Amino acid sequence: MGKEGRGWTLRLAGLLSPVTIWLGLFFLVPLLLILAYSFGKSGVYGGITLGFYPGNYLKVFDPLYLEIIVRTLVIALLNTLLCLLIGYPLAYFITFKGGRYKHLLILLVMIPFWTSLLLRAYAWVVILGGDNGLANRLLQFLHITDHPLTLIFTPQAVVMGMVYSYLPFMILPLYAALEKFDWRLKEAAQDLGASRWHTFWRVTFPLSMPGVIAGSILVFIPSAGEFVIPNLLGGARTVMVGNLIQQQFLSARDWAFGSALAVMLAALLVGAIMFYVRRVGADKLEGV
Amino acid sequence: MSRPTRISRGDFLKAMGAASVAGSTLSVLACQPNTSAQSSGGGGSGSEEKALNLYNWSEYVAKSTIPNFQKQTGIKVTQDFFSSNEDLLAKLQAGGTGYDVIVPSDYMVSIMIKSDILEPLDMSKIPNFKNVGDNYKGLAYDPKNEYSVPYQWGTTGILYNRKKLGTLEPSWEPMWDPANKGMIGMLNDERETPGAALYKLGYSVNTTSKEQLDEAEAELKKQKPLLRGYFDSTQNRPSVINGDLLLGHVFSGDAFLALSSNEDLDYIIPEPAATRWTDNMCIPKGAEHPNNAHKFINYILGAKTGAALSNYTYYNTPNEAALPMIDSALKNLPGYKLEPSAFDRLQIIEDVGGATRAYSTLFTSVKSA
Repeated sequence: MGKEGRGWTLRLAGLLSPVTIWLGLFFLVPLLLILAYSFGKSGVYGGITLGFYPGNYLKVFDPLYLEIIVRTLVIALLNTLLCLLIGYPLAYFITFKGGRYKHLLILLVMIPFWTSLLLRAYAWVVILGGDNGLANRLLQFLHITDHPLTLIFTPQAVVMGMVYSYLPFMILPLYAALEKFDWRLKEAAQDLGASRWHTFWRVTFPLSMPGVIAGSILVFIPSAGEFVIPNLLGGARTVMVGNLIQQQFLSARDWAFGSALAVMLAALLVGAIMFYVRRVGADKLEGV
Repeated sequence: MSRPTRISRGDFLKAMGAASVAGSTLSVLACQPNTSAQSSGGGGSGSEEKALNLYNWSEYVAKSTIPNFQKQTGIKVTQDFFSSNEDLLAKLQAGGTGYDVIVPSDYMVSIMIKSDILEPLDMSKIPNFKNVGDNYKGLAYDPKNEYSVPYQWGTTGILYNRKKLGTLEPSWEPMWDPANKGMIGMLNDERETPGAALYKLGYSVNTTSKEQLDEAEAELKKQKPLLRGYFDSTQNRPSVINGDLLLGHVFSGDAFLALSSNEDLDYIIPEPAATRWTDNMCIPKGAEHPNNAHKFINYILGAKTGAALSNYTYYNTPNEAALPMIDSALKNLPGYKLEPSAFDRLQIIEDVGGATRAYSTLFTSVKSA
């Protein structure tokens, strides 16, 4: 690297320093702290003695906790797939059929973000709950059912709550990817005799892959750490890793084990995403 | 154990609709200081600045409690809220909180005493302690009341739909009855719910015996298919009211709120045993206004203040001088006024030290079964 190169590096460092400091302080330091805690020993009344106690990690492999981790990943995966199945047609419709209402429709997708997730989850409790609740009255008014249904505190309610909460994370990157789509490619494919279905699978869908990847990651990561929705809409009948970690830091007062769980979850997520990106092809992520 | 934020009086569902209430609930959940009164107005004539920092559960003082104290003493009270005993402990352990009076529950008092973060009380400054009934003094977590005096107390029992189930005997059996399948809500609490199984089996709620805990675990795993889920007491209350549940495991204050507006419901304190809990006033080490703190504690134990408090929170008062002034509508609710003999079967959840994690693992194992 010549003199010019070095100057450029310096300038780059200067430009990047706010980001570096920010990430260092608020991301790296807490992360290292959790890592250090995960090898520590918990006091009976909270607090931690630092040291090297790998036992916290061995405990993660207890069948009880392994099962919870696997179940969490399955739920997160299911949620990601459902969001993709529902989100893709919606993003496609908004992009190609939205016309002059396109921006309005995207705004409508984003509006729920303006209120807290917790409030929206409570709103669902009110809507789905009660024999005389909103949903049950509507269903009976429309003669879809003649007696009140059990809607709240069921596994279905949890799935619905999670899809509802994370759908925008899927739709927005998909929209961003489809927006850039060159219409002429579609016309070309059809001119060359491809059916509409064929055109979609061979042209449109592969070109929207960056959106699919980004959306899947954005949905998968937070759903793997979810702990509010299973409690509020599912009646806490299933434990997810998020619940387990929260419990270790509060009622069980076992910060070391909680940290070990958090580190394991993070490692699993990084591994899963690397596998996914490599499988689908990192080159497709360009332009996201 | 963490007793959830108490949302008093106003119907939970209605509260959800009101953005302002929702906002304050959120800020409590986020552990943000939530100031309800103006902060310290500066020194008066005494040696202590005329200020007091109170750290309390939310919705746990009557509307008149703090204004009257300020009027009587000129001491400005600043109130912040916590949402679980564990939050409170963590905050005090971090240090430098500046709180003068805190309101921990029974088992947390003993943890705090062991952790050496409480200031001993000067009983000569709390003459109203004489109002506290014998049943609420000298309990195992602070046998000589050196560090704590009771604030409010209550029981943990079953709120149920009497119209649909008929009148139930006081027992834990209905919570294990297949006939009620899918209509039962237990507490999402790793001491209270294993506790219910231990009570049912005739064991102590504070057992550390592995065999007894294993039996309790088996009992809870048997119960799980019958449950709608594990909830906070404040969730079980509206669910029983609106028919999502027939039976809910609740704290007595939630039960009384439900009963006061709904004649179809009933509350039982099951036999052979059930929990009674006490929230207490304590002064943390390093409090800047210990004199004001003693004044406040003494004020709360006054007859009128105590009555106003319980008439608002719907929890039981430990203050015998206040009893005659408790609203008769509240006093006559089932399970509010207990026969002296009833206290014999009520157990207090104590700190079990290292065994806390055994309870935690037990409950996790049940919930993920």
